Amino acid sequence: MTTAIKTRSDLRLALGPVLFFWPKDTLLDFYSRMVELPLDAIYIGETVCSKRREMSRRDWIALAHDIAGASRARVILSGLALIEAASELSNLKRLCENGEFMVEANDMAAVRFLAGQGLPFVAGPALNLYSGASLAELIACGMQRWVPPVECSGATVAGALAELDAAGLARPEVEVFAHGYLPLAYSARCFTARLAGRPKDDCGFRCIEYPAGVAVDSQEGERLFTLNGIQTMSGRIGDLVGDLDDIAARGVDILRISPGLDAADVVATFDRVRQGGPAPEVEDGCNGYWHGRPGMTRVPPGIRSAGADGLA
Amino acid sequence: MELVCPAGSLTAVKIAIEAGADAIYVGLRDDTNARRFAGLNLDARELEQAVGLAHARRRRLFLAVNTYVRPGAGERWERAVELAATLGVDALIVADIGLLAHASRRYPDLPLHLSVQGSATNPEALAFYHARYGIRRAVLPRVLSLAQVAQVAKESPVPVEVFGFGSLCIMAEGRCHLSSYLTGESPNQGGACSPAGAVRWERDGEVLSSRLNEVLIDRFEPEERAGYPTLCKGRFVVEGRRLHAIEEPASLNTIDLIPRLAEIGVAAVKIEGRQRSPAYVEKVTRTWREALDAFAATGNDFDVRPHWSRTLAGLSEGSQTTLGAYHRPWQ
Repeated sequence: MTTAIKTRSDLRLALGPVLFFWPKDTLLDFYSRMVELPLDAIYIGETVCSKRREMSRRDWIALAHDIAGASRARVILSGLALIEAASELSNLKRLCENGEFMVEANDMAAVRFLAGQGLPFVAGPALNLYSGASLAELIACGMQRWVPPVECSGATVAGALAELDAAGLARPEVEVFAHGYLPLAYSARCFTARLAGRPKDDCGFRCIEYPAGVAVDSQEGERLFTLNGIQTMSGRIGDLVGDLDDIAARGVDILRISPGLDAADVVATFDRVRQGGPAPEVEDGCNGYWHGRPGMTRVPPGIRSAGADGLA
Repeated sequence: MELVCPAGSLTAVKIAIEAGADAIYVGLRDDTNARRFAGLNLDARELEQAVGLAHARRRRLFLAVNTYVRPGAGERWERAVELAATLGVDALIVADIGLLAHASRRYPDLPLHLSVQGSATNPEALAFYHARYGIRRAVLPRVLSLAQVAQVAKESPVPVEVFGFGSLCIMAEGRCHLSSYLTGESPNQGGACSPAGAVRWERDGEVLSSRLNEVLIDRFEPEERAGYPTLCKGRFVVEGRRLHAIEEPASLNTIDLIPRLAEIGVAAVKIEGRQRSPAYVEKVTRTWREALDAFAATGNDFDVRPHWSRTLAGLSEGSQTTLGAYHRPWQ
């Protein structure tokens, strides 16, 4: 199978789900501005913590309708990543049975629910898909779009797609995590509650006080991580704005912007650069993962990623 | 409950058998398993010997092939599966769905266990792996409370194995990229967390610093016990406070939960630590064997003997043990 080499102008933009816990008004106001932007897809839903109930499932569905009515973007509902309780499982099931909107699966339970109904789905970054053979398995289950784990390099993404080509299987759409704090880990423990000296079962919903997470620095003042409830994120913002030619050449179709409150500016920047504008100087962001290096590192433009069997 | 013990060498396999392990799990000396450390693990010839030793004593031998297959290098993982099938390994511990598909089609008689790296925490995820790949057991991540383990065990289509003792992974296994963020090496892809090659110790006067790829993980005063810089157990600064922001150095120890685990219907208890010494394997295995035998003999009158706790605390990080996520208030 041959695939035409893509260039950066072929890349589309998607807005990932909000990973932080924002008050309902903030969230609704945020999306009322997002519908104006040149986005191909808008993902909504709670992926981190089932205790966050500013938005009920009904609210999310209503928001999905509002966005679909006001924007050309496709609305996709993102599912919870770490599922521990029976109530979380039944909520996820109902999300998968919404009957209208495509779902992003972030746990194999969602894959099972969606495949059982014969519905196409997006495989989110919390699913461990690193190779052509594993992609083939989920393609057979209905995966239409692959968001690789955030630690995947460009070489790994291209290598997995080449394996699909060799097996004669059609590629899914590929969406990479292009901007935002990288979701790195999910835990039993809620770090935000713990910092506040509260047990997880009585957390007081403290993460609502941190719309961009809690900074974790080394004892030398180096920003290492960002705590977001049970999720640990990167300390630096992942930013691939300087790598769009390479990203397109490796077979990626869509760039995911993982939103902060400044998402409109980020989308505008990526939109400008994909249309040929100069990439802005990135000062604090990191892009190491894409280049097969430690995720926190910054590889300057002009230095290409490692070969096919380079550091994964 | 089956006692499943780790071995990072042929010596450790022998010692685990002597000390009373029902099953021993090992990995090959490459990046196909999640404990890829220098000088650790078995080559093909040693694996054959290990299988022979275990079977001669009617114990079982499991092979962990539980990293995610790297594009272009799949043959290495497939060779490991073939080796396991050829040598009569009793179960293959796998996480990657592409590899599960391969193994289940090519070697339908080779029992498959879902690795903890597969990160299945609920009955529907387990049903996915069971329906598609015929897994016969699943190892549960260390993020569930005891009540949640009970719920999963009740509804799971396959028997479950839980961690009983060892280093405490606070994140859902298979869903943690902290190590690759700092060092480029991850458990999922490279088979190592906080790899030794990235560690540097530095002394400045009385203060000892530990670094991982040059990032400062912790600083120790002379009176403090310096632990290995596993990055989630470092001391960091949050809102002006220096603290173990993610997790204190402590080991999981569930020996007093044995009656409850049995009641729940847990099929096997796993001891963590293929990277640890044969002496560790010997002590932990012997202690757990004694405890499981005592439970079998006394049932609900089971009491934790003080010397078990002392032995296990002595083998723990920072000499501290915890029930981890099994105990809800810890969460």
